[in-house]
Amino acid sequence: MSRRKLSRRQFVAATAMSSAALMAAPYIRTAHAAGKLTMGFWDHWVPGANKASTDLVNEWAEKEKVEVSIDYITSQGNKTQLTIAAEGQAKSGHDILAMPTWWPHAQADLLEPVNDIMEPLIKQNGEVNGTVQYLGKAGDKWLGVPACIGSQIKGPCSRIDLLKKHAGIDIQSMYPAGAPPQADGWTTDTFLKAAEACHKGGVAFGIGLGETTDSVDTAGAFFQAFGAQLVDAKGNLTVKTDAVRQALEFYKKLIPFLPPDVGAWDDASNNKWLVSGRGALIMNPPSAWAVAKRDAPQVAEQCWTHGFPVGPKGRFAPFLPFFWSIWSFSKNKEAAKSLLVHLSQPASIEKLVAASGGYDLPAFEKMTTLKTWAEEGPPKGTLFHYPNPYKHQILSIAASPAPPKVAQQIYSQAILTKMCQRYHQGEAMEKTLAWAEGECEGYMRS
Amino acid sequence: MADVAFQQNRAASAGNVRKRSSLRSALKRKSTAAFLMTLPLILLISLLVIYPAFYSLHLATLNKSMQRFVGLANFQFLFKRETFWLVVEQSCIFAITAVIFKALIGFIVAHFVHNIPAKGQRKWRGMLLVPWVIPPAMSTLAWLWLFDPSYSAFNYTLSFFGIGPIPWTGDAGWARFSVILVNIWYGAPFFMIMYLASLKSVPEQLYEAAAIDGANWWQRIWYVTLPMMRNIIAITTLFSLIVTFANFDIVRVLTSGGPLDRTHIFATWAFRVGIEGGDIPLGASVSLFMFPILAIAAIFILRDINKRGNES
Repeated sequence: MSRRKLSRRQFVAATAMSSAALMAAPYIRTAHAAGKLTMGFWDHWVPGANKASTDLVNEWAEKEKVEVSIDYITSQGNKTQLTIAAEGQAKSGHDILAMPTWWPHAQADLLEPVNDIMEPLIKQNGEVNGTVQYLGKAGDKWLGVPACIGSQIKGPCSRIDLLKKHAGIDIQSMYPAGAPPQADGWTTDTFLKAAEACHKGGVAFGIGLGETTDSVDTAGAFFQAFGAQLVDAKGNLTVKTDAVRQALEFYKKLIPFLPPDVGAWDDASNNKWLVSGRGALIMNPPSAWAVAKRDAPQVAEQCWTHGFPVGPKGRFAPFLPFFWSIWSFSKNKEAAKSLLVHLSQPASIEKLVAASGGYDLPAFEKMTTLKTWAEEGPPKGTLFHYPNPYKHQILSIAASPAPPKVAQQIYSQAILTKMCQRYHQGEAMEKTLAWAEGECEGYMRS
Repeated sequence: MADVAFQQNRAASAGNVRKRSSLRSALKRKSTAAFLMTLPLILLISLLVIYPAFYSLHLATLNKSMQRFVGLANFQFLFKRETFWLVVEQSCIFAITAVIFKALIGFIVAHFVHNIPAKGQRKWRGMLLVPWVIPPAMSTLAWLWLFDPSYSAFNYTLSFFGIGPIPWTGDAGWARFSVILVNIWYGAPFFMIMYLASLKSVPEQLYEAAAIDGANWWQRIWYVTLPMMRNIIAITTLFSLIVTFANFDIVRVLTSGGPLDRTHIFATWAFRVGIEGGDIPLGASVSLFMFPILAIAAIFILRDINKRGNES
């Protein structure tokens, strides 16, 4: 078989000709000229909310000529965490992934810094709260853009009629729609008295003491109200302090006024408690109210979302943000950043909040007074104080300010609610503290 | 020289023929055919079981941030944790209690079904297999509703008799009872069907001979049925022990390990530590801790079966 040899001269000529042809050829911009982008978003429980995000993404994709593909990943059965862990291990997957609370820190080494888009977004939309900074930043590196979709405050949602009848509290005048809160009297002591009165009235407060997030978040906010931290920001153990003892004493007084089965409650139990009409107060974002609106309208029209009671060290409310993070192994980082900027524009945020019926919360301070929260009802204005418009609560997360990787373990192992239960069940205070200290010590390993 | 050369060629061609015929005979051998037919499965298992197993071994030797090799330090760390020993204890209680009751119930029900006339037996067999056929994650959801802390159907029924409410998943003791009960409900049909098959293979003549010798019902069970079923009992027990030790879905759906970690077993705690807590190497170490326990159990049970096989 003969084989034709290519001389050096012929090779150079061929290369020059093909380069010239390529440069001279007209540039045809195809429908997806800017490549592909895949994203895994949180699968919203509000019907129609996913459509709003799909529309926003498509609108951007059309303008930027990018081929997009969205997967909506449910948080049921920890699917979100499993997807994050699997993609992190495989170093392959979506370009953008919605990560809840602790996960940007857990995957910090594998995430693309987004400082270049976060700084202009903060300038445009206002500062983000301390919890978003704590969860979304490693040193100076922003690990993701705080997502509006899925972010929530788990504040109290009370029954207007039952609080008035049994505890003599007019929650609407304390938290009037369209006006700043008049809640100086809404303290942890008042809260205890109200819990006792409602318990006597047969409509106990529905606060879980299980190991799922609703229970842990509430305990976290109360612990912070007493200044109780298990591990401080520097990573020192601070379990055996008076503040922690005070928080445990508070819970010991509160637990007898809660339903007897709260130790076994999960994140659905408190919703059911409110919707069934058996309780006067739960700690939840407006999802329970939204379900009541559909299934028990007579309950929904008596619901009012408001702030946490203030404790000796302040008024804290659990804030659980989602982040949109870009994997460092993403092949289209610039397009991903461009999309995140688009999704964080005020107009986009307004659409997302409206589509979620006010459930989704933007983290930026200029975005907490949208008309959705003022208009949603019945009763009208029930969600007005949900986004903390007057910043009268400190938005926080349980187990903070411990270093996030330690805090994640304290949070996921539900150490706070376990401490409350152990102490309530008769364990000596010092034994409970020693147990918690031992557990936290174990989480310090690097 | 030519002769030698010729003979060499002959030897070579004879060798080729021998090789070809040995290849042919190897292919014709039943064991070779069996190996080739199971090869796809072996490859599949290698890919989906052996690779992940070695990968988890690798993970278990890394530090929390998965950047450094730490040898057995994760296991050393676990051995010092109070919760870990609680999980070991609970896993043993869970698996052993559940397997004993599954075997016992399976054995009794298999006898009942065996004594049903052949005509109606199929219906009963089918119905009794239902719990085992439904995916446990789904059937456990139904149990979760029955045990619901606030709206338990069991408690509602018991209230008519002035009993309860029972904290099915809220109290440590009851929660353990509940998860074991659901596991027994799910696993007993497997024992039943295995024992039923085994019962059907016991020769009728043995019972006739025993009856002639004047053996009563208990003696027939003890001296005929049980010895004839020994191997199947051992294998089902081993199999069920492995599956029950590695159980995840029932505990996860029903209690998530609570209250106060009192129902955590290896798999659920590994998930809590590894996936939810973000400490994958420690989670891998927890799940690998099961391996030596089950391997030792398997060696003893299989050795016993082998010995009896050789004796017979």
